[in-house]
Amino acid sequence: MPAKRVIPCLDIRDGRIVKGVRFQSLRDAGDPVERAALYEEQGADEIVILDVSATPERRGASLETVKRIRAVLGIPLTVGGGVRALADAQNLLEAGADKVAVNTAAVQCPSLITELASQFGAQCIVLAIDAKAGRVVTHSGKSESTLDAIAWAKEGAGRGAGEILLTSWDRDGTLQGYDTQFLCALRGQVRVPIIASGGAATAQHMAEAFAVGVDAVLAASIFHDGQTTVTEIKRELTDLGIKVRP
Amino acid sequence: MLRDVRIVPTGAANLRSVTEAFRRLGVKATMVRQGNEIEDAEAIILPGVGAFGPAMDLLREQGFAEPLRERIEAERPTLAICLGMQLLAQGSEEAPDTPGLGLLPGMARRLQAPVVPHMGWNCVDREYFYFANSYALARPIPGWETSFAHYAQSFVAMIRRGPVLACQFHPELSGGAGKRLLQEWLDAG
Repeated sequence: MPAKRVIPCLDIRDGRIVKGVRFQSLRDAGDPVERAALYEEQGADEIVILDVSATPERRGASLETVKRIRAVLGIPLTVGGGVRALADAQNLLEAGADKVAVNTAAVQCPSLITELASQFGAQCIVLAIDAKAGRVVTHSGKSESTLDAIAWAKEGAGRGAGEILLTSWDRDGTLQGYDTQFLCALRGQVRVPIIASGGAATAQHMAEAFAVGVDAVLAASIFHDGQTTVTEIKRELTDLGIKVRP
Repeated sequence: MLRDVRIVPTGAANLRSVTEAFRRLGVKATMVRQGNEIEDAEAIILPGVGAFGPAMDLLREQGFAEPLRERIEAERPTLAICLGMQLLAQGSEEAPDTPGLGLLPGMARRLQAPVVPHMGWNCVDREYFYFANSYALARPIPGWETSFAHYAQSFVAMIRRGPVLACQFHPELSGGAGKRLLQEWLDAG
């Protein structure tokens, strides 16, 4: 059986890592290329990059960043943020992404998922869902909907998304642990791999998420802040009985 | 060590992982544009991400299928990755009306598991490699050194015959283990 995955996530704007709680107070947290290479060295299983540029015009920089990261990275790279059409995904894949993540644009036009999966293959498409109190939020949390997050995940998987990346908007950046109750419910409803995001502070939190059946966990602050390393987290997960790639 | 490495287009958009992995090993991999290059090249890579049907159609339309068959039958350095490995078989459940290259027995079949695609790091011969597959070959392959992986069932993870190597996983995305495997393939050529 495959190992459970630990995936550092880098929010990037203008070629730099930024961080903040729920997209507020973005501060510079370093060079993404250096960081990605360091995380690979520490045993990261994949890297996720989210482009948090304010406007589409500034997203051009992110293709350069993807190329630069790809030049040094020998593990899978997923890139998301502002993917609205086939061409956006094509550009990212050609720049070196192995998978692309879609979020808001897919909610606005679900057939985008079908198109992307047909063109590039299901294993290249990650449906990123931001959930707040069980409902889907979009536009980086600015727009709430009445769409049920689990129903949306099911629909996305049915349309060809190869993975679901579920971010708990309530927990994101709070370091209080993943929303395991919600994740457990989600696991019961979808048959594609699930990546949990939002709330991670400790290996214990991650172990709890793995215990309810998620396949991978995303974490940002704890790694970027230097509070811990991927190496250390994996060591702790092993002690907690979770099978991870050493 | 192999130096002239060329990649056969199979319709996948993301070849940069492959070219960059080889660049880090000191090899500049270029794209094949014509069928005769497949015969001429010192080494060929058959990558693959996406669907069996369109990839086979592309190989046939471009006149790549026959040269590939001949090259592999003659045991010349070839690396097939992921869908690329499945294309070597008789066919795939994914595209039942499309014959594969017919070099390996059996069809690629959809993995029977609670969660599909099989996405992540799994063990092959006690090393971890990165997989992202919904289909796989399951039958033993006579005449090839065969390694298996397990995901609710055993399936073929890698086969080798001389300088011909085919992997269901992505060696270019498998960190240190993948890098060592690619270096071995370059050195054995």
